[in-house]
Amino acid sequence: MIATGQTLKSSEEVQGRSLWVDARRRLVRNRAAMAGIIILALIAALALLAPLLSPYAYNEVNYDIIACAPNWWPVEAACRAPGHIFGTDSVGRDLFVRVLFGARVSLAVGLVATLVSLLIGVLYGATAGYLGGRTDALMMRVVDILYSLPFVFFVIILMVLFDRNFILLFVAIGAVEWLTMARIVRGQTLSIKQKEFIEAARACGVGPFAIIIRHVIPNVVGPVMVYVTLTVPGVILTESFLSFLGLGIQEPLTSWGVLISDGADQMETAPWMLLFPALFMAVTLFCFNYVGDGLRDALDPKDR
Amino acid sequence: MTAYALRRILGAIPTLFVIVTLAFFMMRAAPGGPFDSERRLPPEVERNVKAAYDLDKPVVQQYFLYLGKLAHGDLGPSYKNKDFTVTQLIATGLPVSMRLGLCAMTLALLLGTLLGVMAALRQNRWQDYSVMGVAMLGITIPTFVTAPLLTLVFGIYGVSLFGHDFSLPVGGWNGGALANMALPVTVLALPQIAVVSRLMRGSMVEVLRANYIRTARAKGLPVSRIVIRHALRAAVLPLVSYLGPALAAILTGSLIVEQIFGLPGIGRYFIQGALNRDYTLVMGVVICYAALVILLNLLADIVYGILDPKVRLA
Repeated sequence: MIATGQTLKSSEEVQGRSLWVDARRRLVRNRAAMAGIIILALIAALALLAPLLSPYAYNEVNYDIIACAPNWWPVEAACRAPGHIFGTDSVGRDLFVRVLFGARVSLAVGLVATLVSLLIGVLYGATAGYLGGRTDALMMRVVDILYSLPFVFFVIILMVLFDRNFILLFVAIGAVEWLTMARIVRGQTLSIKQKEFIEAARACGVGPFAIIIRHVIPNVVGPVMVYVTLTVPGVILTESFLSFLGLGIQEPLTSWGVLISDGADQMETAPWMLLFPALFMAVTLFCFNYVGDGLRDALDPKDR
Repeated sequence: MTAYALRRILGAIPTLFVIVTLAFFMMRAAPGGPFDSERRLPPEVERNVKAAYDLDKPVVQQYFLYLGKLAHGDLGPSYKNKDFTVTQLIATGLPVSMRLGLCAMTLALLLGTLLGVMAALRQNRWQDYSVMGVAMLGITIPTFVTAPLLTLVFGIYGVSLFGHDFSLPVGGWNGGALANMALPVTVLALPQIAVVSRLMRGSMVEVLRANYIRTARAKGLPVSRIVIRHALRAAVLPLVSYLGPALAAILTGSLIVEQIFGLPGIGRYFIQGALNRDYTLVMGVVICYAALVILLNLLADIVYGILDPKVRLA
């Protein structure tokens, strides 16, 4: 006890470590998560640079090389298409470029729909949690009711009825995914609003909306980030699910779901058409999941 | 318990009401109707057809007419499958979908629990890592990839081991024969096996650290007995609350699986109905699915109450 003053003094000179620095250090040490981040960055870069990486356009049809194997394909194939490293599809388009363009669409849907769900979910959850009482009960009751709806079915109805609108796809999927986000944020907000700094803000006369925006939301970033990384793969799956049923992205645009659907039809004669898009998608989802797990471990060390 | 179940079922009525209302107005809000076709009907015929199905009345009135019929358990006639009522169609499709879903669910729960417990008992060893790695694969590879792949391996190439032919039919229902069910059920169950085993491992790891497990070990009980009698009962709780979402996921998956394997379940009716604007059929299937999900959530809560004495259902 006597030494306390001394240790306090000496610890003042030590650089403080914030939650975020700690978290980053733990994340960097997690090999699976780091590999995930690197591979994801690579796939994103490939997707962005797609037009520069191949001499072929994504909608360039060539009827001379229909469903041809790449040159290096080890199994006997009906025809070969030199120069197309992933082979060609059933109307002779270059599969490599199409997989990368599919990555663009799938990743874009994943990110945008997640952002939509983030926006709705965080605002809704924080408001419900902060206001509390009857408002909270009512708002969460609404979430409970929506939770038990078979939502994918509504998205399907929406897509059928509104003619597979691209923008609507983003919004519809985002509108499905915000519920869990709202629950997580509400739970966090309930504990945060008991803290002294909120009381201080209130004592200074800050309005409830300003407190939610300025003080509550920045403090729920951790759990929300973890959930976001786990939502993106979910959204990509939903989109490809819809595209597989023929309700998502329309030709000549493409997504991994569309490519996999085409590939599944042709897999007996042209297995590469299924293999490459499926591989890209699986690897991406794999990485997102590992990054999400890594983030959770990094931000919530007691959970390990 | 009975009072609780009754109150929950009554509480489901507003939820179903919201579902019906939402689905009804969404379908009506969109352009196009069930009787638009390539060849236009003569105007008087079209008028008669619409009058026969009450489609000439204002939407709000149609809505109340529909609600009135629904209250009597009448889902109306199918607009596209002539001479069939929606109830008849669902009655033929539901047993197929139910059987598929139940088999998949049972398989997922059994295998998932087994794998999860195994991984937990060998935590941070190769058994653990391999089970969790495979589980991650199961989560990330979608149904519509596993289905064609398994079809390719078991159906088209055919598998023969030790002189036995393990080839399986790749489509059709055949009255629910085991061989016909094998592939669809496996495809449907795979992602759920993965999720269940991850859940089980997580809760099992936690439970195995509890004091009463140490006591049981100190008493000299064999591991199998500790796991089965003491640990499983507590560890299985998170699994019970996952039943609802699992059912929802299996229903969604069944849309794909029924499509790929050509099974006559209600998932196919739903997709067809949505594409054809068969309003009543789509409504009927959605109501059916929603009722199923609500019912299973209720069942899960009751089971939870029985297993966990800390939870009082009142």
